[in-house]
Amino acid sequence: MAERLLLRCRDIPDLRRLDVYLAHGGYEATRKALTTCSPEQLVDMVKASNLRGRGGAGFPTGLKWSFLPKQTAKPVYLAVNADESEPGTFKDRVIIEQDPHQLLEGIIISAYAIRCHTAYVYIRGEFALGAERLEAAIAEARGGGLLGRNILGTGFDLDVWVHRGAGAYICGEETGLIESLEGKRGYPRIKPPFPATHGLFGCPTIVNNVETLACVPHIVLRGADWFRSIGPEKSPGPKLFCVSGHVVRPGTYELPMGTPLREIIYTHAGGIPGDRKLKAVIPGGASMPVFTADEIDVPMDMDSVQKAGSFLGSAGIMVMDETVCMVWTCLVIERFFHHESCGQCTPCREGTGWLEKVLRRLEYGEGTATAADVALLLNIAANMTGTTICALADAAAMPARAFVTKFRAEFEQHAVLGRCPLRPVAEPPRRHAHA
Amino acid sequence: MPTLEIDGQRIEVPDGLTVIQAAERLGIEIPHYCWHPGLSIAGNCRMCLVEIEKNPKLQIACNTRVADGMVVHTTSEKTKAAQRAVLEFLLINHPIDCPVCDQAGECKLQEYYMDYDRQRSRFPLPAKVRKKKAIPIGPLVMLDQERCILCARCTRFLDEVTHTSELAIYERGDHCEIELAPGKVLDNPYSGNVVDICPVGALTSRDFRFRARVWYLERAESVCGACANGCNIEIYHREGRIFRFQPRQNVAVNQYWMCDAGRLSYRDLQGAGRLTHPLVRGEDEFVPSTWASAIGQVAGRLGDLAREHGPGAVGIVVSAHAPNEEVFLLRRLAAALGARVAAVSWSPPGAFHDDFLVKADKNPNTAGLRLQGLAPDGALDDLLGAASAGRLQALVLHRTDPTTWRDAAAVRPALERVPCLVVLDTDRREASEYADVVLPIATYAECDGTFTNHAGRVQRFHAAVQPPGEARPGWFVLGELVSRLTGGRPYESAEATFAALAEECAPFGGLGYGPLGSEGQSAARAGT
Repeated sequence: MAERLLLRCRDIPDLRRLDVYLAHGGYEATRKALTTCSPEQLVDMVKASNLRGRGGAGFPTGLKWSFLPKQTAKPVYLAVNADESEPGTFKDRVIIEQDPHQLLEGIIISAYAIRCHTAYVYIRGEFALGAERLEAAIAEARGGGLLGRNILGTGFDLDVWVHRGAGAYICGEETGLIESLEGKRGYPRIKPPFPATHGLFGCPTIVNNVETLACVPHIVLRGADWFRSIGPEKSPGPKLFCVSGHVVRPGTYELPMGTPLREIIYTHAGGIPGDRKLKAVIPGGASMPVFTADEIDVPMDMDSVQKAGSFLGSAGIMVMDETVCMVWTCLVIERFFHHESCGQCTPCREGTGWLEKVLRRLEYGEGTATAADVALLLNIAANMTGTTICALADAAAMPARAFVTKFRAEFEQHAVLGRCPLRPVAEPPRRHAHA
Repeated sequence: MPTLEIDGQRIEVPDGLTVIQAAERLGIEIPHYCWHPGLSIAGNCRMCLVEIEKNPKLQIACNTRVADGMVVHTTSEKTKAAQRAVLEFLLINHPIDCPVCDQAGECKLQEYYMDYDRQRSRFPLPAKVRKKKAIPIGPLVMLDQERCILCARCTRFLDEVTHTSELAIYERGDHCEIELAPGKVLDNPYSGNVVDICPVGALTSRDFRFRARVWYLERAESVCGACANGCNIEIYHREGRIFRFQPRQNVAVNQYWMCDAGRLSYRDLQGAGRLTHPLVRGEDEFVPSTWASAIGQVAGRLGDLAREHGPGAVGIVVSAHAPNEEVFLLRRLAAALGARVAAVSWSPPGAFHDDFLVKADKNPNTAGLRLQGLAPDGALDDLLGAASAGRLQALVLHRTDPTTWRDAAAVRPALERVPCLVVLDTDRREASEYADVVLPIATYAECDGTFTNHAGRVQRFHAAVQPPGEARPGWFVLGELVSRLTGGRPYESAEATFAALAEECAPFGGLGYGPLGSEGQSAARAGT
């Protein structure tokens, strides 16, 4: 794709400023949506575009919107998920920091479509710059009659509030996010009921990811058919891929959905530095099953990646070359999930810590690990799968199962040697008192 | 009404019921920790995961509504595997300190481990997460964070029932711990309930812990006598001693709860001042007597005085601590003697009460008195006045000592002056010092009987322990007395006494110990 839409900020300096944004056709989509479309037409348009959620689950956005009750006396809320916390993911951050008006347009149009007059942007606590720029953009938009009462003279009212998180991965889970917005501990809620009927403050609520909403203005301007024509029809559109790890040019890339993983790594990201061999790639953020070097001929769209045994997830592509120990990588990932488990459900609360402990003794245990530990990892992961309120347990179990299954010999070698064959180093000091 | 199938049994249940509740109706217990019928659904323990056909994943029975045609398997291999997995997860960081844990014997971790798990540990002991132990968090409750399974029953109780929120969960993951909120102490009037609902040994009772292993204790169904609410309770006892009260479910009365004052009121039933023998005044001091002699003397004196002096010569004071059966027999006694009856129902002024369970009326049977036509009124003043003035020949005090709650200086002359003072009571108090005869009777923990609570609900209590020494149930003593005076046969049991009451007194019509069951019945509704 020659033209960059989601990453127009790369081509237009200072696009985050309202005057620059307006000079480049900014808020035309908003004007078009609010003056020429009914909310129903917009929902239908997004449905027809086959836009699927960019947060990780890939749920059809228009369908999600249509779950809202048709008649309700309660206010409808839009909660924008800007809690981007999946390790290896840094796409929403670019939009928020460099092109916040694109997001605001998406918020305004989507809010209009779902008859919402109050939207909350739940932004990851560490995104201090993003929160600052978003607040500035909101103030500018409000000053320009693009937010607040009677937007663009259409009679549509919308307030957007920025709420900064306090540093919990789980608050990116949509009901954990809602609880946190309500001022409570970030505990995912048991479902049903779902947010579309019982969300924020018990009211109908739609939670959408930043990148998802950023797609909406482009759909309005160019049409659902255009959107559907990019990449595979069932999961189309421009897509941001976050490439990190052992590549020459790590970064965020806007490419058509369905771009082959090999092309992303070797063409766009410049391949592996130093002529080293590729060993493993995580395609969709830390929680998604890892691919071996032989498995990267996969189009990066939701259905294709799933068919290949993993998930597109947040499109956080983490590339590892031959120098990387898979046990260590798995340990780092499980340490993260152990640290981030909210502790509500038994299998996740106890299982994440257990996984980390077994991995730690395989990697650093100086002989305390046994051959049975490899099977134990798979067994713990299996017992964590599908048994909890939210998907964090699955998110922790999936990488463990994938790493052990696909690199079993390496795990077994650790058990036999009693240490890591690749990184024969002492255990580093633990980062967290609780780790 | 949807029909579903659980373990091959079909059942039709009301819409809106959950699978765990439907199973309960079939007598199938789906193991659970966090679910409690009196609290919101948390769904966090995952112990109640069951296989439901057409669902790819196991579902939690506590939050899954029944649906027509649903087929549930609570003992399938998939369900059993999930139960084993959850128990293993719960136990990996648990200290397994059962030998020194007061919950042992009534611990759901122990029970479910034996019922559903029975695996060897795959978790090395030194790897366990350590937390704080034996932290006093309130006058009644001790916290052990290591034993806690984070089911959040206690926090939900304190959020949803008492609205006091003293406890919260802090930290994340396997470092989560229950802890007091900053600046708070768990001292609300219902704090003891968190111990009851804690399924494990995380919250134990500072009053009860280490005093008895629960498997040595026996239980009796009873009703708390500490106020007019009549919370249903179980009395835990052993070898004649009461160790604790715990609330017993009665949704119409106390749901699943009781107050701390009621919980600790068992102490009042086994104080140091218990009367253990009938006492008859000799030359100067009391002389222990036999029941035959004591009752003979009382019946003789009262009968003689009533005959000599005519109606009104004898006064009987009946307190609202008397069970319905005793009130009935006191009325019989009064009829036989032509006695005046004064009903009393005294509560300390300003005593704590709320709009939940604790009533201002600290007597368990005020409503029972009223239903038998004995409204507490000024009659006691008249009786005491008459006694002080020498116009009363005999006074019977039943389960009350006016010197303890009225101006003692004003009461004493009446007690001194009345020629014959008979005291029926459980404990030695000031009034008994003036008595001619003291008849030791049983507390409600020591006899069968009924109380009528503030709402007119007649509820049974059962004898848990034996009365001390020669003390006897009030219905027995009064029955003997009435029998001596009337020549009729005494009732052979509390139940027979109640049957006679139900026969004679309209509000109790149609009631009997059988129909009352374990949850009681409304006297107002009886007979209709």
